[in-house]
Amino acid sequence: MDLAELYQLLGTTLRLATPLLFACLAGLFSERAGIFDIGLEGKMLAAAFASAAVGAYAGLPPLADPFPGQLSGWGLGWPAALLAVLAGIGASVLMALLHGFASITLRGNQLISGVAINFLAAGATVLIGVTLFNLGGQTPNLPDVSRFKEITLPLAETLRGIPLVGPFYADVISGQNLLVYVGLATVPLTWWILFRTRFGLRLRAVGENPGAVDTAGINVARQRYAAVILCGVLCGLGGCYLSMATAAAGFGDEMTAGRGFIALAALIFAKWRPWYALSACLLFGLLEAISAKYQSLDIGLFEIPVQFMQALPYILTVVILAGFVGKAIPPKAGGVPYVKER
Amino acid sequence: MAVTEDVTGQPDAAPTTTAPAIGLTGISKAFGPVQANKDISMTVQRGTIHGIVGENGAGKSTLMSILYGFYKADKGEIKIGGVPTIIHNSDDAIRAGIGMVHQHFMLVQNFTVLENVVLGAEDGALLRPSLAKARDILTSLAKDYELEVDPDAIVGDLAVGLQQRVEILKALYRQADILILDEPTGVLTPSEADHLFRILEGLKAQGKTIILITHKLREIMAITDTVSVMRRGEMTATVKTAETSPAQLAELMVGRRVLLKIEKAPAQVGETVMEIRDLRVVDEDGVERLKSINMDLKRGEILGVAGVAGNGQSALLEVLGGIAAATSGTVTMNGEAMDLTHEADAGKRRDRRIAHVPEDRHKLGLIMPYSAWENACFGYHDRSEYQAKAGLLNRLFMRDDARAKIEKYDVRPPNCDLKAANFSGGNQQKIVIAREIESNPDVLLVGQPTRGVDIGAIEFIHNQIVALRDQGKAILLVSVELEEILALSDRIIVMFDGKISGERLPSETDENDLGLLMAGIDPKANQ
Repeated sequence: MDLAELYQLLGTTLRLATPLLFACLAGLFSERAGIFDIGLEGKMLAAAFASAAVGAYAGLPPLADPFPGQLSGWGLGWPAALLAVLAGIGASVLMALLHGFASITLRGNQLISGVAINFLAAGATVLIGVTLFNLGGQTPNLPDVSRFKEITLPLAETLRGIPLVGPFYADVISGQNLLVYVGLATVPLTWWILFRTRFGLRLRAVGENPGAVDTAGINVARQRYAAVILCGVLCGLGGCYLSMATAAAGFGDEMTAGRGFIALAALIFAKWRPWYALSACLLFGLLEAISAKYQSLDIGLFEIPVQFMQALPYILTVVILAGFVGKAIPPKAGGVPYVKER
Repeated sequence: MAVTEDVTGQPDAAPTTTAPAIGLTGISKAFGPVQANKDISMTVQRGTIHGIVGENGAGKSTLMSILYGFYKADKGEIKIGGVPTIIHNSDDAIRAGIGMVHQHFMLVQNFTVLENVVLGAEDGALLRPSLAKARDILTSLAKDYELEVDPDAIVGDLAVGLQQRVEILKALYRQADILILDEPTGVLTPSEADHLFRILEGLKAQGKTIILITHKLREIMAITDTVSVMRRGEMTATVKTAETSPAQLAELMVGRRVLLKIEKAPAQVGETVMEIRDLRVVDEDGVERLKSINMDLKRGEILGVAGVAGNGQSALLEVLGGIAAATSGTVTMNGEAMDLTHEADAGKRRDRRIAHVPEDRHKLGLIMPYSAWENACFGYHDRSEYQAKAGLLNRLFMRDDARAKIEKYDVRPPNCDLKAANFSGGNQQKIVIAREIESNPDVLLVGQPTRGVDIGAIEFIHNQIVALRDQGKAILLVSVELEEILALSDRIIVMFDGKISGERLPSETDENDLGLLMAGIDPKANQ
């Protein structure tokens, strides 16, 4: 493998890791506050659909006389992408609030609520999709205004001449879409919020010992809702990424393909810490990139079949969730609804 | 006072110095059908230490939780410093200058001391300035009140005594003038408790008002100025500590005269049931927890095992109870050798009619989320009387059986469907004792039978143990309470460092003598 090939692989890694990263950090906020969330998948799916649907309407040009099955949009230009992202975040936050209502206000079982959200999203996206677009659950291909395209960072070509670092900057760092950079920036931001702000202190406390927070005169439910909403926003971005920033350029049935669960595995792998979350997501991204690039891998003795390569990220998920990666101590009050004694 | 920073949210009307710190009038609170507090009125003077005593479940903690805004009273008025105050939540209580040290600490275990102190009392959206300020204040508080704690230590790594200091610091950081402590010494060693009392004296000298909830009369007599007694949700009396006595307080708590001494007939000691020879236990870390123990257990006697906790008594109970394996040695029961290997288990011991009331009832004695009727037969549920047809359990009989035990052992509330967790400590212990004694054992192993149990229930449990002895059964009683050992035992052995450091008859010894033996010194050895 030469350097160009390696950089290409790393670039793909970054692209594939980004939706995982959004979902993983989303889960981090929620679970650090004591609300377990296996509904990351559903929230991303809902966001992917909502952003694709709104992106299609807002971005496609208006047609005076559309033939059957062709969508006549509003032709909004650049605000289309913004509107689409807002719609995606909105849909995801709505789902998050549902999860919050079930698990905080009604003190329900968080796992069951999460499963319900996944089913709801899987069913509702297709149902609404078929009703609106009549394309078998897909949305129309998004026009460029409703998509995130690669951005070439300044000086990318100028610096290419520097050995090793230059091409790395030009091929891996530069040339990604906006959401990749947003995702990367979210990591230090999350760390800073959690460990350097009052909000973060209370959020972590509420996931460890809500009784301590309550007796300190802080509203436990409000704090947990705030975390759940943040989780919704980040999941929303992850969903938008899938439909607006990948080659899919639109929504497809079940397009999250288990990424919400892989993100959950990454979160456990990362022991609920932001920087570790980045590493974990990059690792999963790398595996996915390898399986996409090398359909089948010849390692001399025998050839690893393509199916195995494709299954690799999922196999690793299982391995991690089975607890092979050291002891991960989840937030102590995680999964437990807060009830005052008696 | 050391803390001079202004805190917003103090009551608008400045409290006058002559007004009592706390005035409660007609406070009532019900949880469903249970009336936890009935029409309670209480006045606490500024700058005093006020004790509240009562049995478990008397409503002490509920009352204080109302004062701290954890629960809302159904009726009644609260005056803080003479000003009527409405307390909806803990935030209101903190603003009114009330701080509370909960029985189960309200601390975030994986936070530092500083973070715990600052939580909820931050000055702004960013942590750094708050933490820096808290560090300064903690330093001065430590100097003023003997409250030294490393501000950067992780709370979970601290000993319980230090964790409690963090709780007190939390309250003082919030400029509490009134400090409520709920059963503060339950988790402390004697020296930690002494230190706590010095801290409380210091706080009182600074003009703070302190409310101390406890069921230990010794502490009340030692440190309080006034004391209120609660019984079954009512406040039965408030007296000056100097003008009362432990016996009077005990009577007020229980509602009848309490015999602090147990009346029992002389023991009718029979033949030896259990012989223990050269019993040794070496744990996984290579520490020798039992060093060649030799003793005999006889019918019709209570053999008391005294000692400071951690000197091998627990290992002894675990081996005899079939929970842990012995390294070497033999134990015979009625002449037959007992299996001391890992093959043994508590069930096999029960088959040989050895019943065990474990030291830690929460961990080993009960399954907390299970109902009382289930807990009342666990461990014996394989016995034929509990079986129905086709390998099923006879639930109807099990429930009847539990009801009978509940009635006989006066478990309150008498509801066999209640979860074990929902009974008070004393009543939980009664369930365990009932189960083990009613299994009709030949040997009863009892560890700390009255730990965390209130006075009325202690008397009852002691009487049950004596009654079993009078039926000719052998009882091995392990307790760290010397009073209990002296009152109950027919013969006493003292353990120190995994060995038996001495044997005494209760008539020939006293607390001093036993105390020396517990430290490994035998005062009679050189005579």
